[in-house]
Amino acid sequence: MSAELGHFALILAMLIAAVQATLPLIGAQRNMPTWIAIANPTAYVQFFLTTLAFGCLIHVYLISDFSVVNVVQNSHTDKPILYKIAGSWGNHEGSLLLWVFILALYGAAVAAFGRNLPPAFKARVLSVQAMIALGFYTFMLLTSNPFERVFPAPLNGQDLNPLLQDPGLAIHPPMLYLGYVGFSIAFSFAIAALIEGRVDAAWARWVRPWTLAAWIFLTGGITLGSWWAYYELGWGGWWFWDPVENASFMPWLAGTALLHSAVVVEKRDTLKGWTVLLAIIAFSMSLLGTFLVRSGVLTSVHAFATDPSRGVFILALLVTVIGGSLALFAWRGPQLKSTGLFQPISREGALLLNNLIMTTALAAVLLGTLYPLFIDVIGGAKISVGAPFFNAVFLPLMVPMIVAMAIGPFMNWKRGDILPALGRLRFTFLFALVAGAAAWSVETDGPFMGVIGIALAAWLGAGVIAEISERIHLFRAPLPESMRRLGRIPRSTWGMSFAHFGLALAIAGMAGAGGWKVESIQTMKPGETVNVGGYEYTFEGAQEGQGPNYTILFGKFTVRKDGEVFTVLEAEKRNYPVTRMPTTEAAIHTTLMGDLYAVIGDAEGDEGAYVTRIYYNPLVVWMWIGCIVMMFGGTLSMTDRRHRVGVPHKRQHSSASSDPVSSTS
Amino acid sequence: MKRKHKRLTFVGIALLLLAAAAALILAAFEENIVFFFSPTDILAQKPTPDRRLRLGGLVEEGTVTKPKGGVITFRVTDTAQTVPVSYKGILPDLFREGQGIVAEGRYINNVFVADEVLAKHDENYMPPEVAEAIKKSGQWQGKEKVKTK
Repeated sequence: MSAELGHFALILAMLIAAVQATLPLIGAQRNMPTWIAIANPTAYVQFFLTTLAFGCLIHVYLISDFSVVNVVQNSHTDKPILYKIAGSWGNHEGSLLLWVFILALYGAAVAAFGRNLPPAFKARVLSVQAMIALGFYTFMLLTSNPFERVFPAPLNGQDLNPLLQDPGLAIHPPMLYLGYVGFSIAFSFAIAALIEGRVDAAWARWVRPWTLAAWIFLTGGITLGSWWAYYELGWGGWWFWDPVENASFMPWLAGTALLHSAVVVEKRDTLKGWTVLLAIIAFSMSLLGTFLVRSGVLTSVHAFATDPSRGVFILALLVTVIGGSLALFAWRGPQLKSTGLFQPISREGALLLNNLIMTTALAAVLLGTLYPLFIDVIGGAKISVGAPFFNAVFLPLMVPMIVAMAIGPFMNWKRGDILPALGRLRFTFLFALVAGAAAWSVETDGPFMGVIGIALAAWLGAGVIAEISERIHLFRAPLPESMRRLGRIPRSTWGMSFAHFGLALAIAGMAGAGGWKVESIQTMKPGETVNVGGYEYTFEGAQEGQGPNYTILFGKFTVRKDGEVFTVLEAEKRNYPVTRMPTTEAAIHTTLMGDLYAVIGDAEGDEGAYVTRIYYNPLVVWMWIGCIVMMFGGTLSMTDRRHRVGVPHKRQHSSASSDPVSSTS
Repeated sequence: MKRKHKRLTFVGIALLLLAAAAALILAAFEENIVFFFSPTDILAQKPTPDRRLRLGGLVEEGTVTKPKGGVITFRVTDTAQTVPVSYKGILPDLFREGQGIVAEGRYINNVFVADEVLAKHDENYMPPEVAEAIKKSGQWQGKEKVKTK
């Protein structure tokens, strides 16, 4: 029953979306309040229906209803309950349902929390939101219905890809999609603003919390994916510049640029067209990401759920949305007049520099990701563009960016002065030099980029602290006065500081793990010892064991440092009998200075010897901590007073339609 | 500065950045694009050891040997030609005889020395390049549509 109910709910949701996409928009154009009023209820009903459909899909997974094709292909009665639930979105059809579910969730959230939006504007936003949804409902119902039945029903399922049976990866897709789809709100706001032909400070303030929410989730989603690759794939790496990784990184770059340019719109009433364009680009990158992952056009180690035949539909959707919005931008964009003057050396100048570098980096990643596809389409050679290319292009672009990131917050709006700002950063500069020299002295012929990375991380981290000290007049004013100033710093400023500081930590981690990784591959008999990164690993032999739906091979290592037992590592190799697939579970011991990382491979000979892979990954944990600090910064900024619901905003949005809430200010 | 000059400054900075990026990209492309070869291509073109390349094909049945020291050797075939491969390290979880793989490395003294071996995490999967290489060699017998779940 659930399957039919879910299917029916999806069809209804599509019809509701069709209503929501048209009537409120027409109402807003013709100034008909009754039609405008349709926007809210349709958004709620659409959300209710997709929730119902999604609930039905989870239900058929929970009861292992093997008359549903999707369940047969991705589940099994022996699977733990968490992975039965996660299995519902760990495949093509289910992940699309998750996509529209989150889209409807954001739509309903705008309807519920956007009380200070002018009704006509809100109606346009929700209509645009429904147009996107309509495209995805059609796609699902025509090509990828998750509720399709099979007859006769098989006795058991084919199980979920064992690599995906992992707690980190169970929540990775929802997190990532909350990020991807969150940019749809910024997109809908941008399209609605283009239709109205007006972007002002109030618009920037409305867009900001939604963009921040999307950015926080996307940061979390990328981090989770990277963390999963780190401990599950057993290669000791955390970022491979794989097309699928790039697909999630490109919206992040665009979204980060958008966050920064929206500040300029809010404070200085300029860069309007650019900000609207960035909102369009950010969501286009999200759609492109969906296309790259779901269509199978790119060869990728991540191609879990791909089907080229569906690619054509997504491509058409992509062309319609991106082409349509860019055409609208070309038509209406010139009307967005900026009033603010613009000095190159100023806070807004620094933010614009951020935007220029971010979009250049985005273009480089996009080119590297699509180039093999392009060459293939025009009938050229089969090529691949891998990590060396991205490192060679992306890293040099980031150097000036990080340098400028510490200076930017010292600049005043309108007219900044670079020399005093640099003067205030003299201790920061010294600290960065010392940190770089220390990193260099560890290994004088060590990695150049690693040393640069450590110096930059120190520069940015100390720069953030210098900026806060400057703001509270530390040591220049009496301490109580400084404390009072500290308490008065708005949350959005704290948000910036934390986000920047988090990036500094993450850069330190990336530089450490990227620059000084030690790798050792060998065959070890029980009792044999190898030295990796200053630790002695003794192989104690391997044992068999049994997990809930897999068998395990444990490889045990005793790790000694200077003769003393430091820790015991148990690396696992799991074998899933249903899919006949093995997975690797690396044994990781995390310390602040670095991770001890051991993997067990195949048996060799009959003396109990195994191939083992042992890594020392310096500073990796700083990367994860840094990402969490960045997300925390984003959250602080999102909860800033001026975004909170019901707080009247200073500048009126001079809309023709009356708005009872915002008119109270 | 006049408004016009300011705009010119920004356009100038933007162009400079783009030019720098373009230079970086071109330089990186020159060195870092990795071409895909099938066993037939390798034997026909005999690439020099200074080129990094990708070799794709099926792991020939019964050719996987494990000499000492974690080194693994096997032969990769597109069913017309075969190339010997040596690799030091732990193979991906789904590496099996008869399975499609892609190896990255260099062709040195008639042996493909791989430093990375990719196997798709699905037993029915065949990398698209491999499928095409086998089709080109005229030995294709599989289903017309390769399952790429």
